[in-house]
Amino acid sequence: MASLQKSFPIVARDFVHAGEASIHVQSILKAMRMDPALIRRIAICCYEGEMNAVIHGGNGQILLAIEADQLNLAINDDGPGIEDIERAMQPGYSTASEEAREMGFGAGMGLTNMKNNADAIHIDSAPGQGTRVTMRFALPSPAEGP
Amino acid sequence: MKVREMMERFGLTAATGGKGLDREVKGGYCGDLLSEVMASAPQGCVWLTVQGHQNIVAVAVLREMAAVILTGNRRPDEETLRKADQEGIPILIWPQSAYDLAGRLYESGVGKPAAG
Repeated sequence: MASLQKSFPIVARDFVHAGEASIHVQSILKAMRMDPALIRRIAICCYEGEMNAVIHGGNGQILLAIEADQLNLAINDDGPGIEDIERAMQPGYSTASEEAREMGFGAGMGLTNMKNNADAIHIDSAPGQGTRVTMRFALPSPAEGP
Repeated sequence: MKVREMMERFGLTAATGGKGLDREVKGGYCGDLLSEVMASAPQGCVWLTVQGHQNIVAVAVLREMAAVILTGNRRPDEETLRKADQEGIPILIWPQSAYDLAGRLYESGVGKPAAG
């Protein structure tokens, strides 16, 4: 698969445009004719990461990097950071605002969905230092010709 | 069953313009927590929810849904309709509860495992 790098901005608390970056990523992967099941996994991770940044984070960006054998998705924001990453990873735990909860966010499932759908996930965050979530997806190797 | 056939059969009305009505309905899903729907809704489903804000459109696009049905006579926000029309996702209105419509859809075979 051809290598590709793209970035998409995320604006904190912008619920009007939230999700559009993930839709853009999905359309890129579809145009590349990637396996639909793999696209769905990546779309879930991208959306959850994007919404986490919109709900909790500061401004940031989604970085999509496609290489021959793997796809990397990084969601970076310069928000308040995560105080207790282990706790944030627990299903059902959420610090989402009342506004976000009323919209059906804040179920404490976002990071769990990301963990369940990415081949690997790494979270780098500390209070006052923003958050960088990186996820890796293995890509099937192209069929070898004779 | 296509979205427009489902609308006629069950008396659903469209809040969006005519886009996406030829999508095939392959199943159904009920839920109001977006992450839960994101994790579990099947491809090609109709999604029954009370959420009418703009973020439902991204979930519907990313899960490749056939349509979103707002239950309990809720109306979508203007911004939701604009986005849904742009993405070609029909937003339909059902006056009664999700339970009521889900039962009817399932009974008619939507999302029901084949007998045998």
